[in-house]
Amino acid sequence: MNEPVRKLSVVVLVMFLALMVAASWIQVIEAGSLNSDARNVRTLYREYGNFRGPFVVDGESVVFSKPVNDPFNFQRTYTDGKLYAAATGYYSIVFGKTALEQTENALLAGTSDALFWNRLRDLFGGREQQGASIELTLRAQLQEVAAKELGDKKGAVVALDPKTGAILAMVTSPTFDPAVLAGHSTQEVNDAYKELNTNPDGPLVNRAIAGDTYPPGSTFKLIVSAAALHAGYTPESTVYAPDSLPLPGSSHAIENYGGESCGKTEQITLEQALTVSCNTAFADLGMTLGWGAIEDKAKEFGWTDTFRVPLVVTPSRLPDDPDDAQVGMSSIGQFDVRATPMQMAMVTAAIANHGRLMTPYLVDTARASDLSIIEQSSPVEYGQPLTSSEASDLTQMMVSVVNDGTGRAARIPGVTVAGKTGTAETGTGSAPHTWFVGFAPAENPVVAVAVIVENGGSLGSEATGGKVAAPIAKAVMEKAIELSKAGK
Amino acid sequence: MATVATVRYQRGRGSELALLGLSALITVTARGLVDYHASVLVISQMLWYTVVVVAVLLGIHLALRRWARDADPVIVPAVATLTGMGLAMIRRIDFAWADRGRPTNFGEIQSMWVLVGAGVCVTIIVVLRDYRVLRRFTYTAGVLGLVGLLLPLMPVIGREVNGARIWISLFGRSLQPGEFAKIAFVIFFAGYLQTNRDTLAVTGPKILGIRFPRARDMGPLLVVWVAAIAVQVFEQDLGTSLLLFGIFVGMLYVATRRTSWVVLGVGMFFVGAAFAGTMFPHVRVRYVAWLHALDPDVYSSGQSQQLVGGLFGMASGGLFGTGLGQGRPDLVPYAYSDFIVASLGEELGLTGLLALLMLFVIIVHRAMRTAIGVRDGFGKLMAAGLGFTIALQTFIVVGGVMRVIPLTGLATPFLAYGGSAMIANWIIVALLLRISDQARRPQEVTA
Repeated sequence: MNEPVRKLSVVVLVMFLALMVAASWIQVIEAGSLNSDARNVRTLYREYGNFRGPFVVDGESVVFSKPVNDPFNFQRTYTDGKLYAAATGYYSIVFGKTALEQTENALLAGTSDALFWNRLRDLFGGREQQGASIELTLRAQLQEVAAKELGDKKGAVVALDPKTGAILAMVTSPTFDPAVLAGHSTQEVNDAYKELNTNPDGPLVNRAIAGDTYPPGSTFKLIVSAAALHAGYTPESTVYAPDSLPLPGSSHAIENYGGESCGKTEQITLEQALTVSCNTAFADLGMTLGWGAIEDKAKEFGWTDTFRVPLVVTPSRLPDDPDDAQVGMSSIGQFDVRATPMQMAMVTAAIANHGRLMTPYLVDTARASDLSIIEQSSPVEYGQPLTSSEASDLTQMMVSVVNDGTGRAARIPGVTVAGKTGTAETGTGSAPHTWFVGFAPAENPVVAVAVIVENGGSLGSEATGGKVAAPIAKAVMEKAIELSKAGK
Repeated sequence: MATVATVRYQRGRGSELALLGLSALITVTARGLVDYHASVLVISQMLWYTVVVVAVLLGIHLALRRWARDADPVIVPAVATLTGMGLAMIRRIDFAWADRGRPTNFGEIQSMWVLVGAGVCVTIIVVLRDYRVLRRFTYTAGVLGLVGLLLPLMPVIGREVNGARIWISLFGRSLQPGEFAKIAFVIFFAGYLQTNRDTLAVTGPKILGIRFPRARDMGPLLVVWVAAIAVQVFEQDLGTSLLLFGIFVGMLYVATRRTSWVVLGVGMFFVGAAFAGTMFPHVRVRYVAWLHALDPDVYSSGQSQQLVGGLFGMASGGLFGTGLGQGRPDLVPYAYSDFIVASLGEELGLTGLLALLMLFVIIVHRAMRTAIGVRDGFGKLMAAGLGFTIALQTFIVVGGVMRVIPLTGLATPFLAYGGSAMIANWIIVALLLRISDQARRPQEVTA
């Protein structure tokens, strides 16, 4: 019976050989496609199950991964989700990642090449891979003030440090709480997302950088003024400011806000024109300077550029080859001129920083789990749209706007504030968008801010930038000065 | 001139002791890693575990030295290593479940069963000095096997778990009598075939070039076989059905050397399998899940999620594994029993999995060596049958997990959670050791 036993042994060997081949097939040859299979929840768990680095604002973690007893091991937790949602975005097992959660993913997850040595150290130390923490440029108190002042009005606030380009505040309203999308119940997350996504007010949209761009209205007069100063005008140069300016080639005429006159005569200074936000004067000035001059100046400030902060900022738009009447309308920030609040904040910051425009940025520092610095942002110049003297002329004109003109609501006792209001028509029926851009203190600015409130907020058709947006900007600037004085 | 010739031969007990030391080291280290990664590593507990492991292995070793000193020295270390790895993985799954808020204590229960199994093994070695007495119980074994298979169908004590009625409940403990029935059947087949192999092989009508046995020779075998298959169909336990059938065909071949019978048997099996596939929905589902596991429709219907989950786990382990205690084997249902091979593959990688499979190959190989070495036919049939039982059972469950064959529920010998299987397989080990003791004993020189 030995012969059949030997044959049976061979059969057994073949059986085990088959198992070994199958194991090799699964674990080596097919492993790649099995691991990348969308149904392989392990891949999801591996990514979502690691300790993910936190977002830090003013030394406090505002978004962090909390260990929990479920298959994902960690729950992304938001201490003040709504306040920072526009910057951080969400981190969802169902809908993926947005905003900084996405752009900084490699650092947060610890997979970035910059973390190679840390990973190696963790590997040999037997520690679990840990992501880097991301410190933001945002200031908690500025965010809070901006969000509080904006309230439930639709709009956005952007505050920049004019000297560096650091984004000190970025608030959009309405917004959302990322916590509802970061849950581990697929059903609940789906429901919450559906609700947010179908909300007509668009809470998922970041109006500060990536919403529908807005007509800048009278705030665009800063660009026209800059182009005029570049063309040799001074704040004292006289401009033509009739009560009504017929637009060439059309039956339409431009009037000033409320049909008022800009001055005692039809010839007023450029400074006076900006102070009272004279529509006819700037429409005429724009047509006199020609579209090319205005377009070039706007582009120097960043119009039509796409850039990252590192969130993608929607490019602000300019009209394509406008005729004279359209140049007139464009010069007062209407027609096809569009801007993001970020763009207007950049214009303001450049004026505040002696004409040097700094690139805005949101991430200050990335630190490994041992607190060593992995990446540190340094200020980068975007361009120099103004000379130093042009910038100081414009500053002087903007101070006049706040002291004597449409921006009086932004005055801060004991501080010289520079600013410009904007009230942009949005077409028939709906109330205008109200703007305020400004910086303070005018002599040594610590903050440049842009505020937009859509459709005049609660004031409706009576709204102007001076009434609605200026007080919000004022509160933000006041807080920024307070923080600066306290040395924080 | 007369010279005294001393014949030196290797019993291998010393090698066995060294190998047992190695398997104790592996067993203790595996548990240490599991505890470490679950952050519950307590040195005093580890010391206790080490003491118990060493005591058990040393106990078996000393029992062999005393009562079966020529027994095969490789079987126990291989079995002990598999058992130790199984214990570590089961404990690891316990921790994973506790992490998810559903604490289980399969690990502790299994440790107890291992102690019982090892105890039974030693007892058999002490009590059963000559396996040939078992031949006297050939028909008793056949009846016992049948009863074992039938018990779960009894009203009061029978239990149905996950659609398979293979459990009985006694004194609050559940028991899988099928695991013991397979041993009884091996004894029965061995005894019966040894008595009747000549008549089976030589006589009988020849049809189409194949010699069929006479009906009266074949009768008792067919009765057992048909009964076994029928019972398994009613109990919906395809794994045991396939196992018993395989053992039957394998031993029949060893006894009669008739390849034609193997062809016939395998052919009959495929007919039966096709029949079951069309007749029983629960069988068809398994075929579909096997052939189209990754098909989105099959997957989303839930038919292949466990199978594919196991594949995902093994794939994530890759060549070297995630490391013991560092993967997510708990994502697969029954990661501690039917799918323990996938769990081990995930955390130990292909390298570890191949090593474990090699241990099975070694055990089966030693059983076959024993069958060749032993001089009586009953012993040959029994050793080959028991070895083949371990091989086939491993193949059925591991092959099912790895999509070599359709998935059927069976316990992976020595690795998987389950008291009945653990004790039954230690009984097999005891019988193999006893037969190998006979096989390797130097023949007394007769003048």
